[in-house]
Amino acid sequence: MRVGVVTFPGSLDDSSALRAIRLAGGSAVPLFHSSDDLQEVDAVVLPGGFSYGDYLRCGAISRFAPIMRSIIVAAEHGFPVLGICNGFQILCESHLLPGALTRNEGLHFICRDQAVIVENVKTLWTRGYNQGDRIVIPIKNGEGSYQANPETLRELESEGRIVLRYADGNPNGSQNNIAGISNKRGNVVGVMPHPEQAIETLTGPSSDGLIFFSSILQELVGR
Amino acid sequence: MAQEPSLPVTRVKAVNSVGGKTLDTVATATAEPDTPQPWRELGLKEDEYLRIKEILGRRPTSSELAMYSVMWSEHCSYKSSKVHLKQFGEKAPHSDALLVGIGENAGVVDIGQGYAVTFKIESHNHPSFVEPYQGAATGVGGIVRDILTMGARPIAIMDPLRFGLADAPDTKRVLPGVVAGIGGYGNCLGLPNIGGEIVFDETYAGNPLVNALCVGVMRHEDIKLATAHGTGNLVVLFGAKTGGDGIGGVSVLASETFASGKATKRPAVQVGDPFAEKVLIECSLEIFAEDLVIGIQDLGGAGLSCATSELASAGSGGMSITLEKVPLRDPSLTPEEILMSESQERMCAIIEPAKLGRFMAICKKWEVTATVIGEVTDGDRLQITHNGHVIVDVPPRTVAHDGPVYQRPIAEPDYLATLSAAVVPQVESAEEIAAAILTLVAAPNIADKSWVTDQYDRYVQGNSVLAQPEDSGMIRIDEESHLGVAISTDANARWSYLDPYNGAKLALLESCRNIATTGAKPLAVTNCLNFGSPENPGVMWQFAETVRGLADICLEMALPVTGGNVSFYNQTGAVAILPTPIIGVLGVIEDVRTRTKMGFPRPELEIFQLGNTDDNFSGSEYAYLHGQLGNQAPTPDVPAEMRLIALLLEAQGCFESAHDISNGGLAAALAESVLRNNIGATIELPAQYIPGGVTAGLFAETPGRILISVDPADVEQLNALCVAHDVPMHRIGSTGGDALIVNGAIIDIPTLRDAHTKTFAGLFA
Repeated sequence: MRVGVVTFPGSLDDSSALRAIRLAGGSAVPLFHSSDDLQEVDAVVLPGGFSYGDYLRCGAISRFAPIMRSIIVAAEHGFPVLGICNGFQILCESHLLPGALTRNEGLHFICRDQAVIVENVKTLWTRGYNQGDRIVIPIKNGEGSYQANPETLRELESEGRIVLRYADGNPNGSQNNIAGISNKRGNVVGVMPHPEQAIETLTGPSSDGLIFFSSILQELVGR
Repeated sequence: MAQEPSLPVTRVKAVNSVGGKTLDTVATATAEPDTPQPWRELGLKEDEYLRIKEILGRRPTSSELAMYSVMWSEHCSYKSSKVHLKQFGEKAPHSDALLVGIGENAGVVDIGQGYAVTFKIESHNHPSFVEPYQGAATGVGGIVRDILTMGARPIAIMDPLRFGLADAPDTKRVLPGVVAGIGGYGNCLGLPNIGGEIVFDETYAGNPLVNALCVGVMRHEDIKLATAHGTGNLVVLFGAKTGGDGIGGVSVLASETFASGKATKRPAVQVGDPFAEKVLIECSLEIFAEDLVIGIQDLGGAGLSCATSELASAGSGGMSITLEKVPLRDPSLTPEEILMSESQERMCAIIEPAKLGRFMAICKKWEVTATVIGEVTDGDRLQITHNGHVIVDVPPRTVAHDGPVYQRPIAEPDYLATLSAAVVPQVESAEEIAAAILTLVAAPNIADKSWVTDQYDRYVQGNSVLAQPEDSGMIRIDEESHLGVAISTDANARWSYLDPYNGAKLALLESCRNIATTGAKPLAVTNCLNFGSPENPGVMWQFAETVRGLADICLEMALPVTGGNVSFYNQTGAVAILPTPIIGVLGVIEDVRTRTKMGFPRPELEIFQLGNTDDNFSGSEYAYLHGQLGNQAPTPDVPAEMRLIALLLEAQGCFESAHDISNGGLAAALAESVLRNNIGATIELPAQYIPGGVTAGLFAETPGRILISVDPADVEQLNALCVAHDVPMHRIGSTGGDALIVNGAIIDIPTLRDAHTKTFAGLFA
């Protein structure tokens, strides 16, 4: 199974996402922003980082990359997409996911081992978890405060589209403690915490994040 | 008189004027030898100016004067420190590990399996006081480019920091800005920040120290050097466009020499663009991977002047530069300003013409501006032209390497005679012990630094095995073989103040101990020597003693010094900073999975102290909290320290945790080991081991001690190893429970955590 990871100028966690896919047993395919060729990957990860230096707004420039044109079209037809941190921001800017990520409450960059609850295990990326699992994965961002209008929040809540919710306190002022959401169909997921940095206890706070990657691989194998 | 005959006179005037004034060419300099020049304002001494005239056989042009003034500055030429630093060469131990030594952008050591590692610390102290955010940010940017320039992928950074008193109003301005700058730049580059230190002392008020360390890794065959050779090879400038930022002395020159009609002017502090640097890193690594460059140099201090003169003098010497080809952010820059600009995120490469196409294609892929600005020439002159006029014609070596060398006066400072022993209160009752521990762990120098380190990304790249507050930072190099490196930086400036010779040795020993505590073998040393004014004989004595101590201990321990940096003039008025030699040690670990962490991992382990405690509080945090400094730094017992390091490496399998006992003594180490995983400990200090009783046992900072926890099943084996290595081993307690209990003083973990963690948020949030 081939899972692509897009490198934009300023992407930082692309190598870690590629490693996570490999460790989960997949074939990791590096993709570059300037081509619209998805190289026949079965799913794609938009990694963390500061694409285009977060200039203008986080993700606001990357959403116009040639590769995003292909990803947006494919995603609307059920193609699996996971956006992590800056990738989540790009998905919001692309309108594949609703809402926006704004400056953290307190205005500091925060790097911390964060407990989150997995609330939606129906998405293509979280099927390997059990409903209500408490996992610890790092957050590391300056603009991770999830904001949406009341209508959107009601919709996300009523449709069960909150994928991850912060436990033990809200680190950044996100509405409803939201750490990750999905689209209606469940193929597009955006999360602020970094599952790709929690795939082995040697280098992360846990290996809890690996299930994001094994979930999609099992899903793809089953197709 | 030399002419530019190809151009009619009117044309010359048109292209040859900047800000309404005529360009100072070599021809003008020859024709008008008596033009007054602002050498003094540029920081040159009269004999230095005369020496430049002697080298050139005429007065320098304003561009040449600018180049010499910057390159002969203390910062670039090491003119006060050179006579001392040569000891690192004279006393260098034999080392098979050293692949590239002092003199290049950074030293390179062999860590086995075909990997080479390069690491270096630099200071960005003065800019960080003027403009904390940008000063600290560009400090990170500069050291990262030094590492990149060696051909290495940067893999981690660390920041040893010093500030004035924690509750001083200016510290509230400087510290948050510095921390945000380091985070803002380093996080955006994707480099894990895995360690460093924060220390407060009143002498750093007005002179904060912002040192930045970077480590990078490459294969042996990929090492790059800063050299220009091969006539006809091209000089290519790539990265950001050149702007007016970071022009220090030249703004003086400009105001002296040129019209005052231009806006005044230029921040002397550079402004960083970490995104540009991130792209430059990826672009450069791709260029290196295809072996497209002959030599490479980053543009840091002294900008293009430094890069061109260093590249040329490290090669055959000849180079011609066409200055108007340099892409500018600000088209009004004068040639002198272009030469001096310290705009960030720029590199200069020497490329064979046949490889230019591929080089340019990679730059285009990463949207990096790249421009051919000159070529390597026959002969031994660096010639720079601007619109056809020769404005620089110098032997590059005289700019880059033949700067003045001073034997500054040295005198043992008077303060040494006025020191007296530290007299500190003794703790006896349980209440006194508990109160003293809680006060200590809340003191700014000991308190938890998460408020700072949580603003740095320690996870990015996915290879961080250990990061602060662990004893050393550790990075995995190879996922298959599990090879890794560990880095630690240390200094105890109070000991250096009391005894700079031994202070330097103690700093190196502590750094080595931190490396070995985590399970890595110390391999090589770098340093950043921060001092007051070299024109003060007392400061110069501190410096000379520090270098002597460091060179001696490196020889004794067979550790090569791979490079370093000197920062002088950290002084406000008559008050110099404490002499602060920051020593960085790099270690190698064959299998990072075997590393040892600092926190007690579980209950029912036995707790030991390795090494003995002396009844000396000089330079300790406990004495400092009671307004005392003391008079006598510890005398390092190097053979004992080397035995301890050998034991630490051999006995790793016996340790459930290991933590160096240093700042704050055993009390601080215990609190940190307890709080890491919320595992309590019950300690009973055996009086017979500790000449100074419980107070010294808890708060003295005797070097050469480690706090360990051991599974009862491994105690016998550890004991045998300690006997074999002649390392004292004292059982002081056991793990378990939800409190730190010391000689009957009970401190529950939440109380201990509150005391330890609330200080920074209270001061700076």
